[in-house]
Amino acid sequence: MNIDSIKNGIVLDHIKAGKSMQIYKYLGLDDMDCSVAIIKNAHSNKMGKKDIIKIDDTLNLNLDVLGYIDPDITVCYIKDSKIVEKRHLELPSRLVNVIRCKNPRCITSTDTDLDQIFRLTDPEQGVYRCAYCESRKSSQKDY
Amino acid sequence: MKHLIDPMDLSVAEVDQLLELADDIMLNREKYQEVCKHKKLATLFFEPSTRTRLSFEAAMLELGGSILGFSSADSSSASKGESVSDTVTVVSGYADIIAMRHPKEGAPYAASLHVNCPVINAGDGGHNHPTQTLTDLLTIHQEKGRLDNLTIGLCGDLKFGRTVHSLIKAMARYENIHFVMISPEELRLPDYIIKDVLEKKKIPYKEVHTIEEVIADLDILYMTRVQRERFFNEADYIRLKDTFILDEKKLADAREDLCIMHPLPRVNEISKKVDEDPRACYFKQALYGKYIRMALIMTLLGVSVDEH
Ligand SMILES: [Zn+2]
Repeated sequence: MNIDSIKNGIVLDHIKAGKSMQIYKYLGLDDMDCSVAIIKNAHSNKMGKKDIIKIDDTLNLNLDVLGYIDPDITVCYIKDSKIVEKRHLELPSRLVNVIRCKNPRCITSTDTDLDQIFRLTDPEQGVYRCAYCESRKSSQKDY
Repeated sequence: MKHLIDPMDLSVAEVDQLLELADDIMLNREKYQEVCKHKKLATLFFEPSTRTRLSFEAAMLELGGSILGFSSADSSSASKGESVSDTVTVVSGYADIIAMRHPKEGAPYAASLHVNCPVINAGDGGHNHPTQTLTDLLTIHQEKGRLDNLTIGLCGDLKFGRTVHSLIKAMARYENIHFVMISPEELRLPDYIIKDVLEKKKIPYKEVHTIEEVIADLDILYMTRVQRERFFNEADYIRLKDTFILDEKKLADAREDLCIMHPLPRVNEISKKVDEDPRACYFKQALYGKYIRMALIMTLLGVSVDEH
């Protein structure tokens, strides 16, 4: 399978095979006008199979969201058909309005105007805790 | 330190400073009686807790400050559906410091994000109650003269008792602390506290089912309430409740210098006869609560006697 390489844009590489559509939606790419190519089950030496998303636009991606969903994704920025920057993601230390607290006793369950804030409390295990009630959420590595 | 939301917001050094200040306040009460003159404390109690509210208000009054506030959600705009952040934004215009109790977890933290004045968490649901933890630390410091080298027995409902969880986290920061958990199987300390606090820090602990088998080893016996509704059936409750009631008989082998604590209110888990025992510290503990709140209010307001 062959997809035209992009001139100026972003390539999300090393997406876990089968997960590209979820990321597409999470990043709100379905609302964008630019052309986006999704490659599923591409061959990967490292991963066996992987997904790739190519975005033909230099938009401002929320890397925190991406890092939370899957810190193993590589983000490549393309300029004049060349990779000008490769970014390896990491789990963000703080997530604001990315995930919601599900604890019914948490103040965010009734005061819905509050920001949903999570802090990375255990980087090794990828554990996030609600800044308000400390309810735990594991990182979404397994989606 | 801007706010006090979680007992672990305070470093060991900050706790030491608060304890030192509380010691001095207790010795020289007159010196402090005007230190908060013209300052106002708002006690925003979205659920009633008369004991905690009076302790805060007494603390502020003894520092020469004044108080305003409400004591239940009925008498506040919360009953009309106003959000916590709106309520505190309005109140912060009237007060220099806020003590807030709320049934929802994290409500005081939410408040602290929306105001410029210091916010003290006076209890948020089953989550945190940092001034109770500070009260416990001042009691131990006053009664034992140290916060290290102690064997601490925790008795009763160790599963749901947040005061116990916070006390374990706070005491785990000092040297040579041993914990003894005394509870029915149904109400034993949750695994995450054992794993994340005790085992992580290699703090020695043991779990037993009766007071008598460990009483002779204890420097401190921290009693909590065993509530009927925590049991699946009445028979279990009746079978177990006497095991976790402290009476003179169970104290037979206790040390002379044992310190018996309880966060209060007590129902029946300590027999009235024990009140006369010099080792009973729980009423003193309530009084220490006022002094540590005085120290906390002064510290958060950034006032000291030297300025006056
Ligand atoms: Zn929460």
